[in-house]
Amino acid sequence: MQDEPTPIELTKSVADFLRNDITPLISGHQAFKLRVAINILDLVTRQLTREEGSDAAEVARLRGLLGMDGSVTDLNRALAERIAKGEVDLATPGLAEHLWQTTMDKLAVDQPSYASYKRELGRDG
Amino acid sequence: MIEPELSRSVARWCKGATGVTGAAKLSGGASQETWRFDIVHPDGPIGAILRRSPKGYGAAPTRAAGLAAEAQLMKLAYEAGVPSPRVMHVLVPDDDLGTGFIMQRVEGETIARKILRDDEFAAARPRLARQIGGVLANLHRLPGDKLPKLRSRSATQEIGEFERDYRSLDWPKPVFELALRWLRDQDPGPAGETTLVHGDFRNGNLIIGADGVRAVLDWELAHLGDPMEDLGWVCVNSWRFGEIDKPVGGFGSREELFAGYEAAGRKVDPSRVKFWEVMGTLRWGIMCGGMMQRFRESPDHSMERAMIGRRASETEIDLLRLLAPRGS
Repeated sequence: MQDEPTPIELTKSVADFLRNDITPLISGHQAFKLRVAINILDLVTRQLTREEGSDAAEVARLRGLLGMDGSVTDLNRALAERIAKGEVDLATPGLAEHLWQTTMDKLAVDQPSYASYKRELGRDG
Repeated sequence: MIEPELSRSVARWCKGATGVTGAAKLSGGASQETWRFDIVHPDGPIGAILRRSPKGYGAAPTRAAGLAAEAQLMKLAYEAGVPSPRVMHVLVPDDDLGTGFIMQRVEGETIARKILRDDEFAAARPRLARQIGGVLANLHRLPGDKLPKLRSRSATQEIGEFERDYRSLDWPKPVFELALRWLRDQDPGPAGETTLVHGDFRNGNLIIGADGVRAVLDWELAHLGDPMEDLGWVCVNSWRFGEIDKPVGGFGSREELFAGYEAAGRKVDPSRVKFWEVMGTLRWGIMCGGMMQRFRESPDHSMERAMIGRRASETEIDLLRLLAPRGS
């Protein structure tokens, strides 16, 4: 077991430093790149916070859909193949719900301000 | 510096020109660059744009039409009254500037978010969807016998090409698989009519002024195909920049786009437009994957490219909204 602070806390502290202390000092193209860098750290923080839980739920859904076991990557590969072969489609019970939940979990990490995501999140609420 | 070469070039073909000033690179990858500059002229400065492949970068990427074709298309468009910059000069070896062309600079805005938010464009915005319909109709009517040599792509060939690109990423994505299946099932077959297709007609590649569309830019993906492709691509959610209830570039409705197109005397096939919108959404998603791959494999580890890789999920949610919409 590793010591603390946790990776989430460490990453967040760097992002906050860049955001609050460095951003006011920088302009032009470097300011644009700094914004990208901060966005990356924020994304990593969100992923570290959410990934374990969302992956576990995704694996549980995939096991149910596919009737097999494996890592989250293996199971996604298997699902992709079955869709490609036409063995599984939107008429398959649970598939649409699974793809929606998986995609919502990705957007929560990748791009939580994306307008389509916010609209669909409103539907869930 | 590029100014000495530009000065010698303009002196040859622009009567009265005595030189150039203010040359600045606007964008550039390894193989293609865009520069702005002013031609010094006794009647006042002439704003100009250079698009070129620097020396040693003659070959265009496979999907691109090439700069010579681009110049020819813009000339044809300009003559036909499609809003377009005037091409002033196609580079020759004596210019010592590589291959490409010089066009007159059109003032206005290309940054999509500004066009969608700034007051300056408030009066133009509600008219743009319809206006874009008219512009596309005229573009699709450019005379086939005058077009440069362009690649020709049917829907079926495009699906095959995207599938190959996607598989080469080794990036299993169930939503993309679903989209590929849907596209194969819904493939409308050969278009009733093959026309010039711009290939990248969208918010971001248009110069907009307070009066509306002033110029159509970025003809490098022009090809021959189904004209409905352009109508679908302009509606892809990625080009609405947050205005998701206004499918046409964040400006307005499909109905307005279609009305503008039909008022200019051409027919719309809405089911084909929807097909191409799905295709376009997947196309941008696969391009995001390509960015991820280049980020990994190229030496510069660009952060921007890395983050574009993480935008593939935006196209996944948009594909689900198109193919498996949840209750209304």
